Amino acid sequence: MNSDWNKDLKIKFTLQDPCQLVRKTFGDEAAEDMRYVTKKIVGEENFIDMTPNKSNNYCCGGGGGFLQSGLKEQRRQYGKVKHDQIMATGASYVIAPCHNCHSQIHDLSDHFEGGYHVVHFWTLICLSMGILGENERGHLGPDLEEFGLD
Amino acid sequence: MEGSAIKISGKQKSAFLNKVKELLPDGGNLSACLTCGMCASGCPATGMFDMDPRKFLRMAALGLDDEILKTPWVWACTMCQRCIYVCPMKIDVPQLIYNARASWPRDERPKGIRGSCDAAAKVDSGSAMGLTGEMFTDTVVELLEEVQEEQEGFDKLQAPIDKKGAHFFVNQNSREPQMEEDEMVPLWKIFHTAGVDWTYGSRGWAAENYCMFLADDEAWEKNVRLKSDMVKELGCKVWLNTE
Ligand code: SF4
Ligand code: SF4
Repeated sequence: MNSDWNKDLKIKFTLQDPCQLVRKTFGDEAAEDMRYVTKKIVGEENFIDMTPNKSNNYCCGGGGGFLQSGLKEQRRQYGKVKHDQIMATGASYVIAPCHNCHSQIHDLSDHFEGGYHVVHFWTLICLSMGILGENERGHLGPDLEEFGLD
Repeated sequence: MEGSAIKISGKQKSAFLNKVKELLPDGGNLSACLTCGMCASGCPATGMFDMDPRKFLRMAALGLDDEILKTPWVWACTMCQRCIYVCPMKIDVPQLIYNARASWPRDERPKGIRGSCDAAAKVDSGSAMGLTGEMFTDTVVELLEEVQEEQEGFDKLQAPIDKKGAHFFVNQNSREPQMEEDEMVPLWKIFHTAGVDWTYGSRGWAAENYCMFLADDEAWEKNVRLKSDMVKELGCKVWLNTE
């Protein structure tokens, strides 16, 4: 597992710290672990952190049942904070290690036309190892949709 | 940041605040608020429904139970706990919110959250999408065969179900088997490549649990037990929840 694939592409990634995993459970240690993995697979120079981050990160607005609450307008207003954080990184991909975060940030990108993609760790790990199948790329953008397939 | 002025009528005591204090260790510091506003200034839900965490706590402290037990704002707070993190007194506002949610009549709580909690209670999987153990097993077995046949280097790929004594018991969010099954494969490949000893369960495999968001403790516990019973039955050492 390494970041050679992204040496020339230089695609930029940022990372969402899920409240549930980081602030509410394992703390900054888990946040550091995620950064270790992220830098390994996308390259240190291609990882751009959000501000603030780790235990001090903002909730994406998908948690606590917000996605199912029927309060769509408020949910997006809440998520605008997250959206602005992402836009400020300039990254074209957000790694979201939680399903709620994934759904919410995906919706934010669509709604506010942020143009960023939202991916799982498992997709990037397999991509970096050259074992990501062609049907397993549903969340990748056009730049990576066919990358590494022969 | 400031909402409308709060009118205080006489010396009311908050039955609600006292009830929550009894539930929390050290009373959740609920009476230690300095009114500094750190919580509100860093809360993305501030201002919605003319509410914010400091205001909510102050209103509770002032005994305005009717108002705080009625505001839909409790469903806009994600219970993310950032307010606790930045609060100099470590005041547990989200616990207060949780109890406010729990005080809503069950059938008036948001339909979507209630529906997801109730759907999970009806199936052996705990799946909020109502996917049964059998449906999940069929999906996994079929998909695995396909990958074994079609993807080079993965003819020995495994996706074990009910493997007794496996080290890791892995939960799967229902979204994958229901809507994007191919998304399960990269995880299987990583486990395979790393030589991880893991298993799914034919029952209790679903990662999500909306009953907590609904503030329905009883249904929440039932959902968790469904899963933990399966972990125990299989004798797994570590329970990995991917949600
Ligand atoms: S941060 Fe804590 S002390 Fe400050 S207003 Fe909020 S609850 Fe009160
Ligand atoms: S737990 Fe609720 S009140 Fe506290 S910061 Fe998060 S959304 Fe705001």
